[in-house]
Amino acid sequence: MLEIAHISKHFGGLKALEEITFHVKEKQIYGLIGPNGAGKTTLFNLITGFLPATVGSIQFLGNELTGLKAHKIAKLGIARTFQNIRLFGTMTVKENILVAQNIRARSGVTSLVQLFSAKERGFEEEADDLLRRMGLWEKRKEQSLSLAYGEQRRLEIARALALEPRLLLLDEPAAGMNEAETEDLLDRISEIRNTGKTVFLIEHDMNVVMGICDYISVLNFGELIAQGTPDEIQASEAVIEAYLGREEE
Amino acid sequence: MSVYTQGVIALMGVNILMALSVYAIVMADQVSLGNAGFMAIGAYTSAYLSVKLGMPIFPALLIGALAASFIGLLIGIPLLRLEGLYFVMGTFGFGEVVRTFFMIFEPTGGAYGFRGPVGATMPMIYGWVLVLIILFWLLSRSRLGRSLDALRDDAEVASSIGLNVTLLKLGVFWLGSFTAGIAGGLYAHYMFYIESGNFHILVSAMAILCVILGGMYTFWGALLGGVIFSILPEVLRFMGGWRLSVYGSVLVLMMIFRPSGIISRHMVRNAGEWVGGIFRKASS
Ligand SMILES: Nc1ncnc2c1ncn2[C@@H]1O[C@H](COP(=O)(O)OP(=O)(O)OP(=O)(O)O)[C@@H](O)[C@H]1O
Ligand SMILES: [Mg+2]
Repeated sequence: MLEIAHISKHFGGLKALEEITFHVKEKQIYGLIGPNGAGKTTLFNLITGFLPATVGSIQFLGNELTGLKAHKIAKLGIARTFQNIRLFGTMTVKENILVAQNIRARSGVTSLVQLFSAKERGFEEEADDLLRRMGLWEKRKEQSLSLAYGEQRRLEIARALALEPRLLLLDEPAAGMNEAETEDLLDRISEIRNTGKTVFLIEHDMNVVMGICDYISVLNFGELIAQGTPDEIQASEAVIEAYLGREEE
Repeated sequence: MSVYTQGVIALMGVNILMALSVYAIVMADQVSLGNAGFMAIGAYTSAYLSVKLGMPIFPALLIGALAASFIGLLIGIPLLRLEGLYFVMGTFGFGEVVRTFFMIFEPTGGAYGFRGPVGATMPMIYGWVLVLIILFWLLSRSRLGRSLDALRDDAEVASSIGLNVTLLKLGVFWLGSFTAGIAGGLYAHYMFYIESGNFHILVSAMAILCVILGGMYTFWGALLGGVIFSILPEVLRFMGGWRLSVYGSVLVLMMIFRPSGIISRHMVRNAGEWVGGIFRKASS
């Protein structure tokens, strides 16, 4: 569903990504792992239109994404979260969800006089359901930034899900969480896949994702050094070297 | 009520509209220092239409405001690419261009000013204030309003949830320049005489101060700021030339102790729940 072909991204002399080619299949949980500075977030930024690619092509369900604006890409069905959580800080928990429904709802000038329609009630219920699923319903009226760290992470995922995306990009969703929280989060991610969505996630601790990913790519210094099933990745010399090399620094 | 007091109250309506026009653009996280320019376009256009062409005041006002907002769209397209201080400077430049244009443009009197527009009454001014307040109120509760909040909180994230940030910015710029255009038209038809000096950069700056003082995160703040900055000069009249220093001091103190302005969104929400509670009690 997502085809990345010969993608390179240079920042001046720095080659953040070099000739990356792989594809993500529908209804997979696809993992992208790699040490710090490998270029993982940069790849997400290219896919979502935050940054232009230096060369290469990214296709999603047959649509070329390079050159499209971020909001157009979101409308095609791609939603994302951020490595450093970025919630809408002046809004409550629930408002963070409601605003993310806007591309599917009537949200133009007509929304000024269309407050209590049946459709709006449907969206409200949908938001409540989503919050319940992510264990945030009790906190729906709180300011988003007053949530605990793990809850903020879950809210960010919920906000992305409120777009009803076909592809969900998660940038280190478990970062900063303890073991129990991580377990809980991974269960939720598996559930998301079971609802028919495709999940593409970045992780830098490879042990975290081994259990839930169907397929994994490994980046190091902007280059793809391995691809395969979790078992294959765990056995890969190149991957072990890349990770051990990092420990020595 | 004395004629003088009436004048103060009528102009308060104009100031509220100007503050709302700034607030409109603030909703997209931009501060415009050029709203007196839109006010001038609304004022001169509507005055010309009613004095020279004998048009009734309502369509004259509307056309004046549409002219202002059309220019707003034209300059908005390049200006909205700018951010922060660059945008402020760009709009400042625009305001000055408009003011000097009307200073030398002969058909509307040039440096002599333009005489003759009449017919704006206090109820008419407050009718417009009411219409715009209702509009801003509806906006603040709508999905469109929430999109603007998102844009203001984090424009990049807003685009990642599918919001067309450029279009939103252009939309509020249109609304802001339209509102300022209405304010200008009403001002002209209330004052009977306008000159380019009425649309000085200080007018734009005052409107911004209203928003900063009243509260940047709700239109109620612009409303309150408009009221305060209209009454304050009268209350402080006994101080003569010291008045402006008091203004300045109030602002400095505000920035230190309450940088987001008097009215916060939290207060609006609580007040809303309180009013709702009263209604529920009354109806049960
Ligand atoms: N906008 C940018 N401008 C310049 N350099 C950048 C930019 N974004 C990323 N880089 C650089 O590109 C390289 C890859 O960064 P990236 O954030 O993609 O790494 P990452 O794999 O996500 O790492 P981490 O695990 O630390 O999040 C880094 O050297 C980074 O400094
Ligand atoms: Mg990263």
